[in-house]
Amino acid sequence: MHPAGSVILFTVASGLGFGMLTWLGLGLPDARGWAAFFHYAVAFALAGGGLLASTFHLGNPQRFLKAFSQWRSSWLSREGCLAVACLLVMGVFALGTVFYNTAWQPLGYIGAALSILTVFATSMIYAQLKTVPRWNHWSTPVLFLALSLGGGGLLAGQVGLAIGLLCLAGALQLFAWLSGDGRFHERGTDVGTATGLGARGIVRAFEPPHTGNNYLLKEMVHQVGRKHAVKLRVIAFALMIVAPLVLLMISSSVLVICLAVACHALGTFAQRWLFFAEAEHVVGLYYGKR
Amino acid sequence: MTTLPKTTSAKKLGLVIDLDTCVGCHACVVSCKGWNTENYGAPLSDQDPYGSDPSGTFLNRVHSYEVQPETGPAQLIHFPKSCLHCEDAPCVTVCPTGASYKRAEDGIVLVNEDACIGCGLCAWACPYGAREMDQAAGVMKKCTLCVDRIYNDNLPEEDRVPSCVRTCPSGARHFGDLGDDTSEVSQLVAARGGMDLMPELGTKPVNKYLPPRPKDVPADLDILAPYLEPVSGTQKGFLGWLDKALEKL
Repeated sequence: MHPAGSVILFTVASGLGFGMLTWLGLGLPDARGWAAFFHYAVAFALAGGGLLASTFHLGNPQRFLKAFSQWRSSWLSREGCLAVACLLVMGVFALGTVFYNTAWQPLGYIGAALSILTVFATSMIYAQLKTVPRWNHWSTPVLFLALSLGGGGLLAGQVGLAIGLLCLAGALQLFAWLSGDGRFHERGTDVGTATGLGARGIVRAFEPPHTGNNYLLKEMVHQVGRKHAVKLRVIAFALMIVAPLVLLMISSSVLVICLAVACHALGTFAQRWLFFAEAEHVVGLYYGKR
Repeated sequence: MTTLPKTTSAKKLGLVIDLDTCVGCHACVVSCKGWNTENYGAPLSDQDPYGSDPSGTFLNRVHSYEVQPETGPAQLIHFPKSCLHCEDAPCVTVCPTGASYKRAEDGIVLVNEDACIGCGLCAWACPYGAREMDQAAGVMKKCTLCVDRIYNDNLPEEDRVPSCVRTCPSGARHFGDLGDDTSEVSQLVAARGGMDLMPELGTKPVNKYLPPRPKDVPADLDILAPYLEPVSGTQKGFLGWLDKALEKL
């Protein structure tokens, strides 16, 4: 799949933002006044900024309001509804902590639940696709949630929670990579089933329908950069999981936490780039490509 | 609503494509592009059509595959591919705006372009590459089964079929109601063993493909070989003399 910059920015930033909002909603930390203001400013900038970035790849973004209408069937629509509901609830909750020195806690709990559901809905946009076997697995939503809550925990300064969740995310990430590598093959979809000609012999794409490029190949048959996948996995894992863990073991001062957040965010960008670049869509089979 | 119709329609309009007779001429591709650029919805745009990197939106494309059986020569099979109007269409349910829908009355899968935000998720959900985002209009384009021809009373009756079917010079494309067991297309599917593409993904395509018929295999392919044997040393007559004469030179 084509690793579009806007979608990578969206999933990474909003994942961190909603993860942070989850902890803030639970009162971890229970910040008030200016401290609360800065915490919520960071969380809303990440969550809202990410959502805004997601509209950059749309063909007709001016019709975005219609995207809130199909929550009964569409995970993308559900994600939009949940995100807006979460931002509204947490916005009111934030007003209380910033201006009235009060945590209207029921709202915070609701906001935290909505944050988790938003990240879950984001992950299900990818996990629901049978056409992309690597994504179509329970590990996709679980990993998205672990990374969101772990990264959000870092941002919220919850060192103990962040260490535990990053360890969990690391284990899940390794499992997702290793189990994902063979899933396309395991699902049994190949050029034989794609054309229905598999029982007759060995099927080979002989001539494509067009000599140039097209939308399908640009969007779904992204092969560039996969050759560096192993190196990028090492870099992503080191920055996203190992570096923050090592830094937090050394110290939990604000400066070190900021450094850990920066490492984690950079690593997550690399991880998310790989999430798209390594994902193979079955339509590539029609072109003799993966 | 982008939920699928609650009950599957009795009428299931679709195409039956005969891989045995398709000659790979791409006439259906051209006629599809022509009709659907001039009629329903946004035109099918091209990008850099006369430049060094041309590309464009097509609703129908013809692939060619080589099939190498265990024994015998390889076979070349031309393979037209467009929307299969699946009964369990994953492209419909993922749509966040309700632009993508499956008609309850005849099963045709369509896009309401006025509601499409161009997110591209339906194209990701389709295993067959049947949907292409138009780069000029920013909306998703797909085969409409020429919904503006098949019910069009202004056209002569023989033209009330999809443009690709009307154009095909080898009779490889058939249009009809696959929900009706007595229809010509259903009988064709039954007689020829019509098949689904990627049945394991559970999309239940309405369109069917007729597999190539087995080719005639002559008992001995080298029927001319006995006449082409090289001149042997024991040749008699003129050739024998010539052989000996040439040897001596």
